[in-house]
Amino acid sequence: MADPSLPTPVETTGRTLRVAVLVALVCATLVSTVAVALRPLQQENRRRERLSSLKGVLDALPGMEELLLAGRDTEVVSMAIDLETGAADPSVDAATFDAAAAAKDPARSVAIPPAFDVADLERRARHAVVHVVREGRGAAARVAYVILPVEGVGYGGPIRAYVALAGTGPGATVAALHVYEQQETAGLGSKIAEGPFLARFRGKRAFDDAGAPRLGVALEGVDPADAPYTVDGITGATVSSEAVGKLLRYWLSDHGYGPFLRALAGGDAGGRR
Amino acid sequence: MKPGTSSPHRDALVDPLLRRNPVVVSILGICPALAVSTRVSTALVMGLALTFTLCGSAVAISLLRRHLPRSVRLIVMITVVATLVIVVDQVLAAYAFAMSKQLSVFVGLIVTNCIVLGRAEAFSSRNPPWPSFLDAVGNGAGFLLVLVVVGAVREVLGAGTLLGVTVLRTVADGGGFVPLALMARPVSAFFLLALVAWGVRALVRQPGEDASS
Repeated sequence: MADPSLPTPVETTGRTLRVAVLVALVCATLVSTVAVALRPLQQENRRRERLSSLKGVLDALPGMEELLLAGRDTEVVSMAIDLETGAADPSVDAATFDAAAAAKDPARSVAIPPAFDVADLERRARHAVVHVVREGRGAAARVAYVILPVEGVGYGGPIRAYVALAGTGPGATVAALHVYEQQETAGLGSKIAEGPFLARFRGKRAFDDAGAPRLGVALEGVDPADAPYTVDGITGATVSSEAVGKLLRYWLSDHGYGPFLRALAGGDAGGRR
Repeated sequence: MKPGTSSPHRDALVDPLLRRNPVVVSILGICPALAVSTRVSTALVMGLALTFTLCGSAVAISLLRRHLPRSVRLIVMITVVATLVIVVDQVLAAYAFAMSKQLSVFVGLIVTNCIVLGRAEAFSSRNPPWPSFLDAVGNGAGFLLVLVVVGAVREVLGAGTLLGVTVLRTVADGGGFVPLALMARPVSAFFLLALVAWGVRALVRQPGEDASS
């Protein structure tokens, strides 16, 4: 083979530094160029995925098909809400809002007080885009489902999901839960995104009679008193199962969608577009 | 190097396919070989991603070989490899989003793949760009070959499909084939990899057995 001798460059500090700086510069330029050039495509991919998972939730809602087929007036309204007040905020565009990006932006996010931060998120965006499925028209209109994006921190990274609540107020039950992004251990924690686990949530009550969030995941068997509110965790995936319970508890709390859900139950939830 | 009828260039390209296959003979880079070989499609993309990284780093390090101070050479190599891996990762996330989600962290983990650093240290830092490139193509193809073979077996026996096309109709689809749950798990790749390694080593005589590991 060519070049039998080992390369023996002159070893001086200056030379070492020059090579190191030059390599670092070239590599950094290449990485930044690629990252910036491809970002629009990647964002579009993520947006499409969000849309298709939203469609997945709509398809999974019990009775949704009948609602649409019956020809009754059903409409899905997507709106951006201010989480603190629970009211719709027309200044935020619901179609392009990216909660993950907003949560990282100090100007568009708030720190979560430790007492509320059961889901270990530390910060959340000020706004959220929720989807309200209304049925009927005029005075007879009522909210059939509310679809809320939720997120938390699992064993391997962020967990993002949609939870659909049937009805409003303290009697609201979970109509569907759909985890569309997770990085949990394949074959163990990743089961939180699979049908059998998600189906356990269907029909569970979100709040207790006093209106406090009570939906959760039990790890050592479900106490009969908790059965209307609690699902069984996944064996071998304690952290991942627990994370799902925690994130639901956080987002249903007063620091999450509490104000919005109360406003919605009150009937005058931030208008329709 | 073994004296033979073939040229050194040909050896650099062809040897790693079977006789000096990095996975089954040197047992390098088996971590992704276990993790992403559940399906042929993921195995193929993983193999191509590694081949690209290998080729890029081989040429870059070969060009730099006379300027690399020994004290920082490993860091420089890793920087070059990491750069290429990020590029691959970003391109996959932009143009093959579903695939990039399936491969998840394993594209990023190419940085720590022993084949890449092994070839950089053992070959490209001592050889001109062209042989280094051929050596990289050969090693990448050798890796890809093993991954696709293991992936094909696991996909057929674990899901009844090959490249997504049904070859054995499963019971769930009204056929008569019960998928082997074991094949969907990483352990099965250990067994299959061992069988492939055994087969290759039995088939191809190793000159000075184990000299390459």
